[in-house]
Amino acid sequence: MWFNKLNINIAKTHLFAKKKQTIVASLGVTFGIAMFVLMISVMTGVNKILEETQLASTPHVRIYRDISNDRPSLLSQILGTEDWAVVHHQKPKDEPLNLRNGLLIARSLEADPRVLGVSPQLTSQVFFNYGPAQLSGILTGVDIEKEDLLYNVKGKVKSGSIEALLSSNDGILMGQGLANKMNVKSGDKVTVTTPRGDIVLLRVVGTFAMGIGQIDNVRCYANISTVQKVMQKDTRYITDIHVKLKELNQSLTAATEWQSRYGYRAEDWETANATILVSFTIRNMMTGVVVVTLLVVAGFGIYNIMNMTVYDKMKDIAILKATGFEGRDIIGVFISQAAFIGMMGAFAGMLIGLFLSYLVSRAPFDGGEFLSIDHFPVNFDVRFYVFGLVFGVLTTILAGYFPAKKASKIDPVSILRG
Amino acid sequence: MEKVLEAKKLNKFFNDPAPFQVLKDITFDVNKGEFLSIVGKSGCGKSTLLYLLSTMDTEYDGELYMAGTKLTGQSQNDLARFRSKHLGFVFQFHFLLPEFTVLQNVMIPALKLGERSKEEIEVKAIEKLKLLGMDEYAMKRSSKLSGGQQQRVAIARALINDPTIIMGDEPTGNLDKKNSELVFRIFKDLAEEFKQTIITVTHDPDFAEKSDRVIEMSDGQIIKGL
Repeated sequence: MWFNKLNINIAKTHLFAKKKQTIVASLGVTFGIAMFVLMISVMTGVNKILEETQLASTPHVRIYRDISNDRPSLLSQILGTEDWAVVHHQKPKDEPLNLRNGLLIARSLEADPRVLGVSPQLTSQVFFNYGPAQLSGILTGVDIEKEDLLYNVKGKVKSGSIEALLSSNDGILMGQGLANKMNVKSGDKVTVTTPRGDIVLLRVVGTFAMGIGQIDNVRCYANISTVQKVMQKDTRYITDIHVKLKELNQSLTAATEWQSRYGYRAEDWETANATILVSFTIRNMMTGVVVVTLLVVAGFGIYNIMNMTVYDKMKDIAILKATGFEGRDIIGVFISQAAFIGMMGAFAGMLIGLFLSYLVSRAPFDGGEFLSIDHFPVNFDVRFYVFGLVFGVLTTILAGYFPAKKASKIDPVSILRG
Repeated sequence: MEKVLEAKKLNKFFNDPAPFQVLKDITFDVNKGEFLSIVGKSGCGKSTLLYLLSTMDTEYDGELYMAGTKLTGQSQNDLARFRSKHLGFVFQFHFLLPEFTVLQNVMIPALKLGERSKEEIEVKAIEKLKLLGMDEYAMKRSSKLSGGQQQRVAIARALINDPTIIMGDEPTGNLDKKNSELVFRIFKDLAEEFKQTIITVTHDPDFAEKSDRVIEMSDGQIIKGL
C-alpha cells in the first residue's frame, strides 16, 4: 500500500524533475560514505600491517628452559639445615640450556588438535667477522620447512631459496639488514665466532626480510644440524620450541597447560608482547572512535538533506492530501525518494571510497627500517563496503521517514491557506 | 430535495495571535445539484468555512455531514478517502504539482482513487481538459503555464472523479471575463445535467448573482441566504 505504482511514479517524477537537487542530495550521502570507506580502509589497513608484521615473527607459544636459581645452596646441603645459613648472590648451576627430550615434546605437541605448526630450534649468539669489525648476530638452527609453516619464510626470502639451505651442511639464510651491513650476497662465505671462541666458516645461501629491523639485522637461519655442529652439541640438543596455534586466543590456556605438563617455561605471545598488545588495543579504540564520529556526522548531514527535500515539497504534500492521498501515501512517496537518493549516493560513495582507497594504496610510503612496505597499507575488506552501503541507505530512508511522517500528519489547509 | 451537505452549529476559533472566534454557530444545508455561492467581505470567515467543509481543517466544534456520512471525528486517512471519492477542489492560487505535466496533474486524483484503468482515466482527463479548452497543453509541464491556464487545469482536475460536491475558493479569481464565463457555464451544466453540487467562495458579484443561491456572511455568521 505504501509503495504502490502511483506513489513510486510521483517519487520518480519529483526526483527527475529536479535533477540538480537530487544529485546534490545524493552527493551528501556519497561524501559521507566515501569518507567512511576511505578512513576505515586506511586505518584498519595500518593496524593490520602493524599487527601482522609484529605477530608474523612471534610464536604463539614459546617453550624454553628458564635460567633459575631455586636450588638449595651447597652450604645448607652440607649442614642439613636451611635455618641460619644464608648464601647471598648464589649463581646458577652450569647446566646446558637445552630442552631434554625436546624433539619428543615437539612431536607430541604436533598431535595436539589446537596446534597449527611446531618448530623445534636452537639459537646461539654469534659474532660475524667483517674485516676488523665484529657484528653480533643470532644463529637460529631450524627445520626450515617447519619454520616456514609458522612464519612463511619462503615468502620473505629475498635472494636464494630455502631449498638451497636444506641441501647444504654449512649454509645459512641471512637477514637482509645484516647482509647489507656486511655487504655479502648469496654464495659468499662468512666467518662466524661462537660464544665458546670457535671460528667456523659458513656459506650464505640466501637472504630474507621479515620486515622488522630487530630480526632482519641480527638473525640467520641454518639447519639444526649445522648449528649443533657449530656449538659442538649432540644431535638431540635443542633450546626452544615455537608453536603456532590455529586460534590465537587459545595461547594462554595452551601455554599454561604445557608448562605444567613438560616442566619447562611456556610463554604465550600476550605475555611476551604485552606492550604491543596495549598499542593494538589503543589503536583499535581510536579507529572505532573515528569511525563512529564519521558515521554520526554523515548521518546528520543526510538527515538535514532529507529534511530539506521533504520541507521543500510541503505545498505538493498539501495538494496531494487535498486530492485524496492518505498519510501513508505521502510517507511512501518520500521513502521511495529517500531510498533512491540513499542507494544512488551510497553506491557512488562506495565507488569513490574504493577509488580513493586505491589511490592511497598506490601512494609511495617508506616504512623505513622497521617496516618493509613501500606503499600505504590499505585494507580492502568487502565488509566495509557492504556496511557503508547498508548504513547509507538505511540512514537516508530513516532521515526521509521522520520528516515525511511529520508532514503526513499536517492539516493541508495550514499550508494551502498560505 | 435530497440533502447532500449538512452543517450543524459549526464554531471555529483561532488562538493565534489572540483568541478569536471566526465562525459562530454556522448551520445550513445544501441540496443535491445546487449551485451555491458564498460571499462576504474579506475576513468574514467564508474561506475558513469552505476549508471546514472541505474536510481538510478538522479543528472545529459542531457537526458536518456530507453525502449521508458524518465526517466530524473521522481520521485523517478516512477523510482523505472520502475526499478522493466525493470532493473536488479548486483553490484560490491554482496549486498544481509543478513537476508534472498538465495531463498527469489531472489524472493523479483518479489514479489514486483507482476505480478505473489508466487508459480510461487518460481518455477522461483529456475529455475534461477539452471541456476547459486546455487539451492542447496536455503534455506541457504545469509550471510552464500562465496563472489563468493553471486555474483551468485545476478545475479539470477537480472534475476528474465526477465528485458529488465541487468546492472552489475564488475559482475565477485569476481568469479574464471570457474564461470566467466559461467556468461559470461549466459549473452550471454540471449542476443541472449531472446533479453535481457546486459550492464556491467568490468576490465576483456577477458570478454570485447568476448562481442558484447566495449565502452572505459577515463576522462569522450567515446574514443572508439561509
